[in-house]
Amino acid sequence: MTGVEAVLLTIVTASTPLLLAALGELVVERSGVLNLGVEGMMIVGAVAGFAIAYATGSAVLGVLAAAIGGAALSLVFAVPVLLLATNQYATGLALTLFGLGLSGMIGEGFVGTPGIRLDPIAIPALSELPFVGRLVFGQDVLVYFAFFMVAAVAWFLFRSRWGLVLRAVGDNHTSAHALGYSVVRVRFLAVMFGGAMAGLGGGYLSLVYTPQWVEGMTAGRGWIALALVVFASWLPLRALIGAYLFGSIMILQFHAQAAEIDVPAQFMSMLPYLATIVVLVIISRDATRIRLNTPACLGRPFVPDR
Amino acid sequence: MRKIIAAAAAMALAMGLAATPATADKLKIGFIYVGPIGDHGWSYQHNHGRLAIEEALGDQVETTYVENVSEGPDAERAIERLAREGHGLIFTTSFGFMNPTLKVAEKFPDVKFEHATGYKRADNVSTYSARFYEGRYVIGQIAAKMSKTGVAGYIVSFPIPEVVRGINSFMLGAQSVNPDFKIKIIWVNTWIDPAKEADAAKALIDQGVDIIVQHTDSTAPLQVAQDRGVTGFGQASDMIAFAPKAQLTAIVDDWSAYYVARAKAVLDGSWKSEDVWGGFDAKMVVMAPYTNLPDDVVAMAKETQAKITSGEFHPFTGPIMKQDGSEAAADGEVLSDEALLSMNWYVKGVDDKLPE
Repeated sequence: MTGVEAVLLTIVTASTPLLLAALGELVVERSGVLNLGVEGMMIVGAVAGFAIAYATGSAVLGVLAAAIGGAALSLVFAVPVLLLATNQYATGLALTLFGLGLSGMIGEGFVGTPGIRLDPIAIPALSELPFVGRLVFGQDVLVYFAFFMVAAVAWFLFRSRWGLVLRAVGDNHTSAHALGYSVVRVRFLAVMFGGAMAGLGGGYLSLVYTPQWVEGMTAGRGWIALALVVFASWLPLRALIGAYLFGSIMILQFHAQAAEIDVPAQFMSMLPYLATIVVLVIISRDATRIRLNTPACLGRPFVPDR
Repeated sequence: MRKIIAAAAAMALAMGLAATPATADKLKIGFIYVGPIGDHGWSYQHNHGRLAIEEALGDQVETTYVENVSEGPDAERAIERLAREGHGLIFTTSFGFMNPTLKVAEKFPDVKFEHATGYKRADNVSTYSARFYEGRYVIGQIAAKMSKTGVAGYIVSFPIPEVVRGINSFMLGAQSVNPDFKIKIIWVNTWIDPAKEADAAKALIDQGVDIIVQHTDSTAPLQVAQDRGVTGFGQASDMIAFAPKAQLTAIVDDWSAYYVARAKAVLDGSWKSEDVWGGFDAKMVVMAPYTNLPDDVVAMAKETQAKITSGEFHPFTGPIMKQDGSEAAADGEVLSDEALLSMNWYVKGVDDKLPE
């Protein structure tokens, strides 16, 4: 394995959980809902994935459990926000706090227990190819799934009828409602999709990245995913680019340090957030660009009139 | 964000504790933890000490704990709550609890307090800490013996004296075996973030180190070491289950003996305010079983450990040169505890620049 290949492999691992969680949140926000509970849903996905993989011995079941766990927790957000029209910001923050606490409670018995690893799938012959072999053909299934979902979400949002409905709900829920679409149902499904994707992102941590359970092991990646959605200005392809950019920064700072290149570690840790602020400034200077992509009803509660 | 979580958790737990009925004849012992007991590191090991008290003293004591207490005003509330509920002995197990502990101690002169890693004491406040650097000297020797490349990777959290002292002790140990031994240092700026620690370990291995040392709390670096076929050392607790082929030994924090002794002292009335900085001799620092090592290296490690335990040898015995070439300790001179506690310089041979 060459040095560059090893670095690239590490970057793929670092970027994938961010990409999964960000894609989910992107769809949620496109439907006009801002769910600040990504961190909470990720960590519950992580513990659910770990627990089920440990109990059944199957990492694949663990991955499914991670998605289901994240989606189940998202209901704790969806029900008050969509049915009772509570404040989305507060409910989302509460979801993160709740998820962190709940996962700690569920995971208490698993501390200090090695987990089950989701092995990479090695395509015979192709994964033996020099340089690109392991990178392109020897990853775990979630890496391919994340790439597939970039295309799937892009197609869904901009090429499918239901994607049009979802964007309509996000841009003007009153009109969408008047046209006869169920705003609440669309948003419910979007929030659950977001929960499942965040759960997968968390599961990636506890099943692939570092197969173990530690309380608070997502360590703020849910917040990076939230920043990533804004960074990507609500476009799936840009979320892919952003996730790999953030992942690369995270990895390259370690290589810089190990190679004794004199860059302050704190500065490098700050870069993803700095990049997000720069993008925010750039897009907010151009009013048409914001209007183009920002869901107009983002964060606004909707109460259907009869 | 963290603060809010911790505050909420502390409040919820403090309220929950208020409901427990007080029993008059038992000694109630309270613990304040800075992290979750599920961290498998710092707070986890303190909680082990708490369980050791329960096991050793059984019916004579009753213990409670509050986890995730942030170092600030919340700490004072949580400590005061424990004191008010009739706890006779309270352990506050993080450096940042120092001033809150002293404030509460002043209001409750009959309650005994034990503050970990601090330096301010009172008639009813003791301080205690552990000389983890003794273990780091031993693993430095092992690393220098075992490494084929002559370079170890060292993953560290924050540039505080505790961590810098560990790096220096490790280097002095390594240099005693191989004077040209090198380390590559990565600062991850966190005590626990498994994924980040794993990334740092991968980066180090990709750059040619074949031994991983960590001063962060998760088992991730060892897992990476095992996957990549290199070796490493556990931190804070025995991590052999995560890396049966990679862990050579681990520096284990063990508060059990101290905690049991202090609880007994309160029970028999002999407790008084002290400052304890124990190492191998006090069994506060324990080496996990030596594994995956040839016999001669195990023998060397055990011999060094025995010499440090008996006081025959101190890891910081001169001559010690600083990174800039100036002399830190003359031949035969042993660095004072004050010098160790405020250490903010590297020994010669460390190529890293200390973050300011």
